[in-house]
Amino acid sequence: MIVTSLDLAVPAQLMLGLVPDLVLVSGAMVLLLWAAWRPDSNEHQRRVGLACIALAGITMVLCFNWAGRFSAGTGPIALDNFRWLMDIVILLGTVFTIALSMDDNMRTRITAAESHVLVLLASSGMMLMAGARDLIIVFLGIELMSIAVYALAGMNRRSERSAEGALKYFLLGAFSTAFLLYGIALIYGATGSTNFTIIAGRLSVFNLSSSPLVISGIALMLIGFGFKVAAVPFHMWAPDVYDGAPTAITAYMAATVKAAAFAAFVRIWLEAFPYAWPTWHPALSGIAIATMIFGNAIGLAQKNLKRLLAYSSIGHAGYLMVGIASGTFQGSSAMLFYLFIYTLATFAAFAVVVALTRDGQESVMLEDLAGLWSVRPWLAFAMGVTMLSLLGFPVFGGAGFFAKWYILQAGLQAPVPQTLLVVTLVLTTVVSAGYYLYVVMLMFMRPRPEGALPPERSGGLTQMVLGLSVGLILLLGVMPESVIRFARAGRPHMEIQPITTVDPTAALARPDSARRIVAVTPAQPTR
Amino acid sequence: MNGFLTSIGYQHWVLPALLLIPLIGAAAIWILGAARDHVVTVVPGQAREDEVLSGTAATPRLLALVTFAIEFIVSLGLWWSFDSANSAWQSVIDFAWIPSWGIRFTIGVDGIAVIMILLTTFIMLLSSMASWTSIRARCHSYYALLLILTTGMLGVFLALDLFLFYVMWEVMLIPMYFIIGIWGGERRLYASIKFFLYTMVGSMLMLAAIVYLGLSSRSPATNLPNFNYDFVLAHAVLTPHAAMWLFGAFFLAFAVKVPMFPFHTWLPDAHVEAPTAGSVVLASIMLKLGTFGFIRMAVPLFPSAAMNPTIRGIILTLAVIGIVYGALVSLVQPDFKKLVAYSSVSHLGFVMLGIFALTVQSVQGALMVMVNHGISTGALFLLIGMMYERRHTRLIEDYGGIARVVPMFAAMLTIVTFSSIGVPGTNGFIGEFLVLIGSFRTEPIFAVIATTVVIISAAYLLWAIQRILFNSLDKPANEKMKDLNGRELAIMIPLVACIIWLGVYPKPVLDRMQVAAEKFVQTVDARREMTVMPIAQAEVQP
Repeated sequence: MIVTSLDLAVPAQLMLGLVPDLVLVSGAMVLLLWAAWRPDSNEHQRRVGLACIALAGITMVLCFNWAGRFSAGTGPIALDNFRWLMDIVILLGTVFTIALSMDDNMRTRITAAESHVLVLLASSGMMLMAGARDLIIVFLGIELMSIAVYALAGMNRRSERSAEGALKYFLLGAFSTAFLLYGIALIYGATGSTNFTIIAGRLSVFNLSSSPLVISGIALMLIGFGFKVAAVPFHMWAPDVYDGAPTAITAYMAATVKAAAFAAFVRIWLEAFPYAWPTWHPALSGIAIATMIFGNAIGLAQKNLKRLLAYSSIGHAGYLMVGIASGTFQGSSAMLFYLFIYTLATFAAFAVVVALTRDGQESVMLEDLAGLWSVRPWLAFAMGVTMLSLLGFPVFGGAGFFAKWYILQAGLQAPVPQTLLVVTLVLTTVVSAGYYLYVVMLMFMRPRPEGALPPERSGGLTQMVLGLSVGLILLLGVMPESVIRFARAGRPHMEIQPITTVDPTAALARPDSARRIVAVTPAQPTR
Repeated sequence: MNGFLTSIGYQHWVLPALLLIPLIGAAAIWILGAARDHVVTVVPGQAREDEVLSGTAATPRLLALVTFAIEFIVSLGLWWSFDSANSAWQSVIDFAWIPSWGIRFTIGVDGIAVIMILLTTFIMLLSSMASWTSIRARCHSYYALLLILTTGMLGVFLALDLFLFYVMWEVMLIPMYFIIGIWGGERRLYASIKFFLYTMVGSMLMLAAIVYLGLSSRSPATNLPNFNYDFVLAHAVLTPHAAMWLFGAFFLAFAVKVPMFPFHTWLPDAHVEAPTAGSVVLASIMLKLGTFGFIRMAVPLFPSAAMNPTIRGIILTLAVIGIVYGALVSLVQPDFKKLVAYSSVSHLGFVMLGIFALTVQSVQGALMVMVNHGISTGALFLLIGMMYERRHTRLIEDYGGIARVVPMFAAMLTIVTFSSIGVPGTNGFIGEFLVLIGSFRTEPIFAVIATTVVIISAAYLLWAIQRILFNSLDKPANEKMKDLNGRELAIMIPLVACIIWLGVYPKPVLDRMQVAAEKFVQTVDARREMTVMPIAQAEVQP
């Protein structure tokens, strides 16, 4: 394919690079009008939902087509495969979310058709985050996403817990955005730019990595992203918000919002701050280790299925941060692959929650799963595969194992092997087995309690989401090669400079090197 | 025979066939089961039907039996087709699986693997027959899991790619977890999760170690990581320090599985709570996977670490502690199944002693003990299962004098017990004798201690069968026990035949393993010399 180089300073060419995003946003606007046109009803909600799924599908096809077609020099947006593949992961989550909430809304009698359009608007913000190569665009994307998700979290107006969760999410979200913005301002103050490439260049040329301004800027941004991805110790909001929000939206927050936050996170860290690796690496590893340990350990104590999945998603944020901490583009490929599989598994798990929730039930407790195998064998099977996939178990857990393997490989293959992080990862995986297997045990080995009603028949869309994601997980668990190829192609790509990274060994060998010019060596061809 | 096997191209398809046949059988059973579950709606809160009485168990167990029989017959060809003079991998199948990561699907056999595969298919056939009437609920899933378990275990014996080895190592975990957890005894939930978590701690660290190994032995042409066993053996570049840690990770994975002394606490729980076939598979095959792992992976890959005098001393000490401790604890068990479970700790200690004594004789002895323990302990668990089905108790004190009521059963139990003690003329003798002779040359003190334990093992087993079979027949419930039926005899007679055959004429089995055992000792010796050098140099240059 001929790669066209776009000059992003020309508005028309910038537009061309943003076509999928623009299609999504403008389509969402039209759908919003249509949603508001008719009085709220369940039929209208489903009609709008289907239209939204179709629009997200069209956007996904556009992303596939745009991938590898254009390249751009330095500019506010990236046109690399990382962006397009991330968009596809995000849109996949969007489709799943809308499908699940169509079923879930019907049961909880939420008739607001706008909820589906809000999901699309949030997704367009996420796509912007995945493609942003400028801190201001990142900020725009985060705000676009967050405001829509704040509203979505409180979508169930009749539930107190939903309102509580939404308020918490809003306050902490606003708080974290403030950190992020302050960090951006400090970085701008230190480097005079918000463009990743220029920041990276100036950090290395003027050797700013150890200037207090840059250190505090990076620290503040780290805290901001820590909130967004729910990393320990910035995770407190997650369980309450996940528990309170409508289930489909919880899945969206646990999988897709996290994916988008990680996309921006990894791109900023690898493209803008690669030369500051020695500065941010200790802090990031510390957060990753704390996240893996606490997320999984607290998960053991949960009795509510949604809260359990919330802590599991905190643990997974820790695993993903190992990919960033490795500081290589292989780490970002591993993350991309991981996020894809994680999206599938998370939506499968929450689809089971949707299928199990009864009318008027506040939340699904773990005991409700007891003996599920004897009444709904396929549902139990799907949930079993999902749990094993989140655990990272080969074959029975499908591709979850390959995702973990990729992260391990990236961690150990980094110029400075991240042995401590990798060992923490495998040991906390054993801890997580404690609760994932508890779910499996409940479903298959406990008898169904006396008088427990069988779950209601689950909606067709829920079944489709569940079948599709579990099927993909199992299929990719045997032949992951094609997706791995995609993930390997999808690394952030800077066209202006040759791809360079700090040789961290050199930096570590000389503790005072931060004050001197950091040795810059061409990266080994990463895989 | 060889001509016939060559004419059907046996060498080229046997190994993948061995992995695929159980999967096909499992899929068939499961599909039939799912179709049936669709028809029969289960009323919640109501006990499930007894599938043996209602006849729904007939299809799955027959299908499973047929599949296991085909599997056994197919594997039997390896006995002839395997060239025991050739030390290279045989019947190799190799294709790219995940090229981007340099992972290949490589399987092949050496002499050790051939014998272990035959043992596996043989024992699995018998354990599916042993489940005939003892499994009464959810039979479809049970037999399907048993078949998948077979694929996993055979995969471990066959794998020549470290990645594949790890995958297979984990694959066998899940079916066993379900078999214990669903069809097990009273405390099955506790036992199954304990079994799973213990195994997983070890294997997850092994996973990290495998990634590290693959990355440190890259293919020259592509610079991709290479996980091929031979390639890693020849090309892995490790510092002595790294080798030590990697050995530690592999050691933990295998030591839990064996189980070696301080890591053994999952074993009594899992063995006692598992259904009969589960205990048989655990004892006969899964424990062997641990020792097999030492022979195939841990020791040859990191000889400098494994043969480091301190580490070797610790492992040998643990092995001997296991031998003594297992025997002593067996002596005081009131539960016959638990007694046999602890005796496994003792027997597997002999295997570890044989491996780490590192003479050709002791290694061959260790391999023989692996086979013998598989046959005799498997047979013991089968007999315990038969006892339990009749009386629903495993406590030794609930029996007494039953030799008069069930003479066939008594005869079988006596022969199997003799074999487990290692009475000359039975298979048990050959293995332990070789281990002791072989290890006496290099490790006399450990060998002497281990020898004394043979007496204790005679004591606990003979005392147990005395209380079960002989004493006075004073429990009325025992008077109506039925003797073995045709199916049970069909299970026991092949086992007893093996016990006597291997006790009298073990040469064919020893011959097949000879080359592999020699190769193991040579590899370790040679590489020990080789890798000691860099350590010495490293000490010179600070």
